[in-house]
Amino acid sequence: MDSTKSYLRYKIKSHSLITFKLSPNEGQLPNLNEFMRISRRILAGLATASLAVTVTSCGGGSDTSGSFDDTVTVGILHSLSGTMAISESTLVDTEKMAIAEINAAGGVSVGGKSYKIEYIVEDGASDWPTFAEKSKKLIDQDGVPVVFGGWTSASRKAMLPVYESKDAFLYYPIQYEAQECSNNIFYTGASPNQQSEPATDFMFKRSPAAGKPFFLVGSDYVFPRTSNTITKEQLKSLGGKVVGEDYLPLGNTEVAPIISKIKKALAPSGGGVIINTLNGDQNVAFFKQIQDAGITPSNGYYVMNYSIAEEEISTIGPEFLEGHYGAWNYMMSIDTPESKKFAADFKALYGSDRVVADPQESAYNMVYLWKQAVEDAGTFENSAVREALVGQTFDAPQGPVEVMPNHHLAQTVRIGLIKSEGGFEILEETDGVVYPQAWNQFEPSSKGYACDWTDPSKGERYKL
Amino acid sequence: MLLDSLFNGVAIGSVLLVAALGLAIVFGLMGVINLAHGELMMLGAYTTYVTQLIFKLPLLKPYYNAYVIVSIFFAFIVSGVVGILLEKTVIRKLYGSPLETLLATWGVSLILQQFVRSVPLAYGTGLVISLIIGLFLPTVFSLKVKESINYKYVKFSSWIVAAFAGVLSGNLISSSVSKLSRASARNVDVTAPAWMRGQVEILGTAFPKTRLMIIIITLISVIAITLFLNQSAWGMRIRAVTQNREMSDCLGISTEKVDVLTFGIGSGLAGVAGVAVSLLGSVGPNVGGNYIVGCFMVVVLGGVGNLLGTIFASFGIGIMTDLIGAGRLLSIWPNMPLPLSNTINFFATTSMARVMIFALIVIFLQFKPTGLFPQKGRMVES
Repeated sequence: MDSTKSYLRYKIKSHSLITFKLSPNEGQLPNLNEFMRISRRILAGLATASLAVTVTSCGGGSDTSGSFDDTVTVGILHSLSGTMAISESTLVDTEKMAIAEINAAGGVSVGGKSYKIEYIVEDGASDWPTFAEKSKKLIDQDGVPVVFGGWTSASRKAMLPVYESKDAFLYYPIQYEAQECSNNIFYTGASPNQQSEPATDFMFKRSPAAGKPFFLVGSDYVFPRTSNTITKEQLKSLGGKVVGEDYLPLGNTEVAPIISKIKKALAPSGGGVIINTLNGDQNVAFFKQIQDAGITPSNGYYVMNYSIAEEEISTIGPEFLEGHYGAWNYMMSIDTPESKKFAADFKALYGSDRVVADPQESAYNMVYLWKQAVEDAGTFENSAVREALVGQTFDAPQGPVEVMPNHHLAQTVRIGLIKSEGGFEILEETDGVVYPQAWNQFEPSSKGYACDWTDPSKGERYKL
Repeated sequence: MLLDSLFNGVAIGSVLLVAALGLAIVFGLMGVINLAHGELMMLGAYTTYVTQLIFKLPLLKPYYNAYVIVSIFFAFIVSGVVGILLEKTVIRKLYGSPLETLLATWGVSLILQQFVRSVPLAYGTGLVISLIIGLFLPTVFSLKVKESINYKYVKFSSWIVAAFAGVLSGNLISSSVSKLSRASARNVDVTAPAWMRGQVEILGTAFPKTRLMIIIITLISVIAITLFLNQSAWGMRIRAVTQNREMSDCLGISTEKVDVLTFGIGSGLAGVAGVAVSLLGSVGPNVGGNYIVGCFMVVVLGGVGNLLGTIFASFGIGIMTDLIGAGRLLSIWPNMPLPLSNTINFFATTSMARVMIFALIVIFLQFKPTGLFPQKGRMVES
């Protein structure tokens, strides 16, 4: 029965790939209506689905038009179904937009030939082993030179051995807990010293709750736990106090015990700082209920969030988040032409009610950085591209970014206050870029270590 | 302090209780393992969301503050009708075969989850409306009408009327509320009206209003269902059928009707639970799945076939969750010996409290496998 199921799924999937291929004009990206059209086509096409099986994995592009010499197919691997689909599908949209922009500007030119970028979108289904399996498929079967993918740390950890064993290259766009530095992954999101450390510093020294105790809340998995370990070490060195921490099992939305713990721990000092690393919809339950329990900015409780961007603010509702804080590299309210253009282009393509946020900006940057590295290397071949990648700079929507030898990105850090109409008011930003640390310097186990892939004698982890 | 703790326990327990109440009837009284119970809750939660949006329309805007109350009734009806349909099409054929029921209802739960993901909520509402009309329109005709015309035709024509009404209302909603006209797998949010947000102060302690509201919903549901089962004629028939099906059948009770009714009420209560749950967190296709294990736990712990047991079990678990998870034992008894206080500290996180409670329940069931209040007397099944 299981095999029938996967067979059916395969049939439907390959058919949906065809519908991509049938899109009348590949220069334009699928918009919202396209999605409706595709689903209708899938329905209509079920009758002829058997035909679909004969046509196997094809790229997401029509036949090459005259202006290109050749095509190159890249892989996009995010969850399009399951819990993470809400967040990860926005990355797919952004990556498609970046690819379309590059194609419109003449594609990738390698060795005097211009290449049109095509893509194969695979669904990680919010299931970590599926991410590994689909990575294998993209690398072995489709032979893509690069995969843009992942969101949760769990999915990255599942994919890592695949890319290392096949010496392939994954571009990963999310802010994460670091303590990892692979030769086969390029991390374009923030490392803790580019997000949580400046944020903790701000909350402890310059926020309205400066000097007050901290309470750490997170979902129960690798990112919040590692991130909070770093925060605790940092506060120890700053002279701050952590009065409690608690983790909510993924999927659980009963936050009443956590709320009473927060009250018990922070009430004696008349409020304090709550560092929040909850995931996805657990945030909704958390913010709805802390407001009801009187844990609000007006009562002296300030929440610093590491996983709440513009997208989440609009889903949770700004009325619950107003007056709390967030820390990111990119915020939609950045007042530069690049940032405005990025937001406007995205809205033009996907609808005026859509927003752009930090993870999307990272995803956008990494497609461009890959293109630049390939052009500099003059080949799609992995080891040459990897060498050319380090040192690449790009005028990203957030401002200039640069690829460092540890395969992370030097980028600007911003602290924002959540406004009543949604979005952030940027309170402070760092002067210039902050250099990424793959190995955290507050955490005792990694203190004094760094990562450098340009020097063969240093590699993943060497003593400074 | 103690009051605060007790309130928290009762608040957690009442969420469990309202979620498990429907299951206590479906699983407890009828013995049907309904894995789609969580999804019936989800339908209730989505009903709240749809009601909220409809009440934002200019016509109903003045009554916006009352939408939560209205949605309780809507949710009961929507989940109840879907439950009745489920009983008539799937479960009826599977009485007496628990494994098959388990698999079939699990399949139904997947279908329902995918349904809310891929069908625009406006048309989903239209479909439910046509189901309600299709199922209930034939019953309003008097016996005379039914006898004079072939009943089949009455049924058939009411389904046609129902289909029209469904398409019409679906289109109407989709054209007037744009948020409902597109299918989306995104989680949606129910925002409680202003009078339900914030806190009230009772005896010097502040209580969140939404929690109080949930406790009230739970209380009313429990009282209503107890009265119904113990005082009404249909309630008596339900109890008779669950205790001895063949004998009740011989005495002229239509067991088929009783089954539909019982299952419908159980499902409807799941819908009410959905309203409660939507006030606490976000509403998504997976919302029911988060509660289903807890529901079965409560019913089994309380003793299958016994409402009183369910009530005790859910409040027991609620109070234990708060005592362990919030580390309250330490503040009640501050000078306890070190190894003990370390152990309690270790379990004083939400994740570990859950582990602890499951462990305690497993141990308890080792000694009392039939739960807190086992069914006394002779059941025909045993």
